[in-house]
Formats: sequence, structure tokens, C-alpha cells
Amino acid sequence: MKLNSFWLWAIVIAAAGAALTIFDVIVINKFIYFASYVILQYVVLATAWNIMGGYMGYVNFGSAGFFAVGAYSSVVLYKLIQAPLLVMIPVSGIVCALLGLGMGYLTLRLKGVFFAIATLAMAIVLETLITNWEYVGGASGAYILRPRTIEPFGDYIEFLFFVMLILAIFAVAVARWIERSKVGRGFSAIRDDELAAESTGVPTLKLKLLATTISGFLMGVAGAPFAMYVGFVEPASAFNLVYAVNSIAMPMIGGATTWLGPLVGALLLGTVQQVATVTISSELNLLIVGVLLVFFVIAAPDGIVGLVRKWRRGGK
Amino acid sequence: MFSFDLLANALVAGVMLGGFYAAVSLGLTVAFGQLDIVNIAHPAFVILGSYIAYMCNSMWGFDPIIVGLLATPVFYFIGVGVYRIYYESFERKGDEALRGLAFFFGVMFIIEVGLIIVYGVDFRSVQAPYIGENWEIGKIGIPTRMFVPFCVSIVMFLAVYLYMSRTFNGRAIMAVAQDRLALQLMGADPVKIKQLGFGIGIGTTALAGALLIIIIPVEPSVGRLYIGQVFAIAVLAGLGSIPGTLIAAIILGIAESLVSTFYGPSWAPAVAFGILLLALAFRPQGLFGR
Repeated sequence: MKLNSFWLWAIVIAAAGAALTIFDVIVINKFIYFASYVILQYVVLATAWNIMGGYMGYVNFGSAGFFAVGAYSSVVLYKLIQAPLLVMIPVSGIVCALLGLGMGYLTLRLKGVFFAIATLAMAIVLETLITNWEYVGGASGAYILRPRTIEPFGDYIEFLFFVMLILAIFAVAVARWIERSKVGRGFSAIRDDELAAESTGVPTLKLKLLATTISGFLMGVAGAPFAMYVGFVEPASAFNLVYAVNSIAMPMIGGATTWLGPLVGALLLGTVQQVATVTISSELNLLIVGVLLVFFVIAAPDGIVGLVRKWRRGGK
Repeated sequence: MFSFDLLANALVAGVMLGGFYAAVSLGLTVAFGQLDIVNIAHPAFVILGSYIAYMCNSMWGFDPIIVGLLATPVFYFIGVGVYRIYYESFERKGDEALRGLAFFFGVMFIIEVGLIIVYGVDFRSVQAPYIGENWEIGKIGIPTRMFVPFCVSIVMFLAVYLYMSRTFNGRAIMAVAQDRLALQLMGADPVKIKQLGFGIGIGTTALAGALLIIIIPVEPSVGRLYIGQVFAIAVLAGLGSIPGTLIAAIILGIAESLVSTFYGPSWAPAVAFGILLLALAFRPQGLFGR
């Protein structure tokens, strides 16, 4: 592949992340790693959501379900074979990809609205199943002992931060690839007019299944390190509505039609939330997310990216 | 050990629960089934109704059902307002699919978090003379906190049903999603009619919320669980069929009551969503669909 500016940026960011965590170029407060991890996790979730929601126009309300299944796959792997994180991530991804495929297969023949409701239903069914599954701790949750340190990163949280950084770059690269490929044009055709797309020979069902699978994979990957990050997984925290809301709000606020939108939205909203959680209260910052979401869908349908583009065009 | 007394009790409780569910999902049947507005914030409005009943009950000792009735017109106007925003921002531009859904999702989230900020996450309940008694008919126990909401639900249900089937405006609401042009030719403004219908849909949530908090203590996030119930009922009923709503609600009530009696209450939330998923996968037109 030609080394264009996107890949140059990706490599620079990854190298900077490695330098920060391995060589401790700048010694910074450990909290920064914890906070940045969460923000990067939202980059992955928002980008994954956008592949279905933004490109194809199918709203997934069940992001929290995928995220939690990713996290719980890690718990199961940990209980079974004490698997290391780098095994957990691909396995969780594959489990969630299959989940996405299955869900898509059941519901994608229906109108988009029913798909949205079905995803919501699926998240709650999964939560009930896991709450009643004693092996992974049921309602009271499961503990995971994460190693204190790992070479060559030093503190384990630095390693988690670095892993999430790579995952975020991966997710954005996948979204960017889709957007520019034939697959992405198929997705847009489905979003704009599914019937017309179908009748001009776009294999809509196949494309939709591909989208649910990719999106599910990325969400599972985002959830996989969660168990290691918190050290204690319970259904209420893994299935938290916050994940579902954020993964919708971030692309909508950033701009849902390009790969840049979820990235901008997640970085911006994620940072605001991290700051607000520390300085104000976590409820109030959720209220801000809700109000911003409603405000943006009403007033700025193409999000921040759309606003910037419009402003640039107006300036010229 | 299987016992027929247990079964009979579960059936009676299920029918009463179903009657109540019918009241909760009635507004959604109108908004989603008849007007094609996917109001996923519907259960959040029900919870808002519960909290208004709680507030008036705990501060001034008002009866929750009367509070619910008085709050109905207020909710009607809230519904009209929400529909105006929805229409101006999404429907008129033909953009309701993606952004309209996100809009209602945001509204749901704002109501939930707003209630958490004001009242916290503790469970709240109301006091009324008819809560806490239990009638015994043979081996079957009928708790009055279930029976009173059941009766009120049925009355409300019948009132809305009669309005929809007997008056011009009611019939216009049923017709608006089917054929806008024909409605315009009849001299009715489709936007005004949808506004009326959506207002009625939200109006019913005020009373349904008051009934909910009589039956069971409420906290802000339980609204999300009811999304399963109301959409399962609306889909199972065949989108827009008001009698279908009652039948589907009672089927769901019985199914939930049986599951929580014989398998334990922690499985109950999965029943509604399970039925919903099955219905969507195998019979999306519903039991009574056209």
C-alpha cells in the first residue's frame, strides 16, 4: 500500500504511544493512562457503530451487549486457561463477530427500525443470560487478577493503553478502507435507498451481514481488555447503557458519514466526559451527552465534520 | 413439585399484569403502530409519570391514580411539543429513520439521567389505602395493588379504543399512516392529526406511570426494561391494532408470570425480549397483522 498521509499519521501515533509507554519518554501521572484508555476504547466503539449506523443507516442500540460479550469472553478464557490478553482480544472479536452475524441473519430482512429494536432486545437478553450464568460470577460479578507489570512496558496499565491505541488505529483504518472501497459504496447505496440498491444488483443481504460481522468484531475487540482494565466484571457495569449511548452520540456529534466523524466525536466527547467525571459528577456528564446528542441530531445533522466542511466551503 | 394452586395463582397474576401492560403499551401502539413514529422514549415517559405520582403522593399525600389523571393533559401537551420538534427536524425532511431514532434515544436518556440527578437511584414507592391488601378467593390470592391498576387500565383502554373507533379524529389517526392524501381529501390536516395522536400516546403514559408505581417500586433506569415489553406487545399485536394490543399484553403478562413463578424472577426480563426477538424473526407482521 502506498504510504499516504493517513498511514504516516498512524505510524507516528503508534510510535509515539510506544515511546511513551516503553521508554517513559515523559513521566506522566498514571491516571492519564487510565483516562486515555477509556477515550481510545470509545474511538473503537464509535467507529464500529458507525460502520453500521453511519455508512449503512442501520441503528444499533445494542453496542453495550457486544461490548459486554467481548468482556465476558475474556473472563471465560481467563477462567478456563488463564489466557493472556493477546489471545483474549482476537477470540472476543470472533465471538462478537459471530454474534453480529447471527443477529443480522435473524433481523436484517426487516425494516431498519425493527433491526434497531431487536439490537436493544438482544442486549437485554444477553444481560439476563449472563446474570444467570454462575460460571462467570452471575449477578455478583467475577474478579480477574491482572499482572502488576509486563515487559517491556513496565506498569500493566501502560500496556493496556498501548494495546487500545493500536486497536483504535486498526478500527479507524478498517472504517477508512470500507469507506473507500466498493463495499462502502454498497453500504451507502443501502442507506440511501435499499430497494433501489437491491434492484440494481447490489447484494444487500450479504453486505448487511458483512457490516454486522465487522461491526460486532470491532465492538468485541473493544470489550476484550475491559476485564483486565477494571479487574472486576459484573453485568451492570459491562452492559452499562453508557456504552450504547456514547457509541451512538459520538459518531452523530462528530459526523456519521466519514471515518473522521466518530474519531473526532469520541476524542472530544470522551475527553469532556473524563474531565467532567473528575470535576463535576458522572450523572451530570451523562446528561450533557444526552443533550448534546439531541441538539446535534436536530441542529447539525452532519456533525462537527459537516459543520467544518460547510464553514470551509463558505470561506472560500 | 408441580402444583395447580401455584399455576392458577400465576395465571391470575399474569392476566392482571397483562391488563396493566396493555395500558403501558397503548400509547406506543398509537405512536408506533398507527403513526409510524418509533418512540423508544415511550417507557421513559411512563417512568416520568411514575415519578410525578410519587412526588405528589409523598409531598401532599395525593392519590396516585388521581395525580395520573390530572397529569394526563400535561403529558398530552408535552407529547404535542415533542412531535412538533420531531416533525420540523426530521419527518418533514424525510430523515426520520436514523436521526429520528437517535433523537428519541437521546430524549429517553435525558429523562432517565434527569430523574437520577433529582431523585437518585433508590427505588421509590407510593402510599394509598388500596395497596397492601390481599383478597383470597379459594386458594387464589388477589393483591389489591394489582387489581386496582388492572381495572383502571381496562377503563383507560376502553376509553381510548372508543375514541379511536367512534370519533372522526380517532378514525383519522388510524388512517393517517395508511393514506395521507385520502385524509387530506377528507379535510383533515395530517400533521395536526399526527400531533393529536402522538399527544394522546404520551398522555396515556402519565396514568400508566402512576399505575406502575402502585404495582411495583420504581427507579429511573427500569424504563429500559419496559422497552422490551412495550415493543414486544406492539409488534405481537400487529402494529396498530388496539384490540390486538390487549390480547398480546395478556399473553405476555401470563408468560412472564409463569416464568417468574416456575423459574425465578431473574429470568422474567428475558421473556419479553425473547418473545420480541422471536416475533421479529418469524412473524414480524404480528399475531393480528394485516
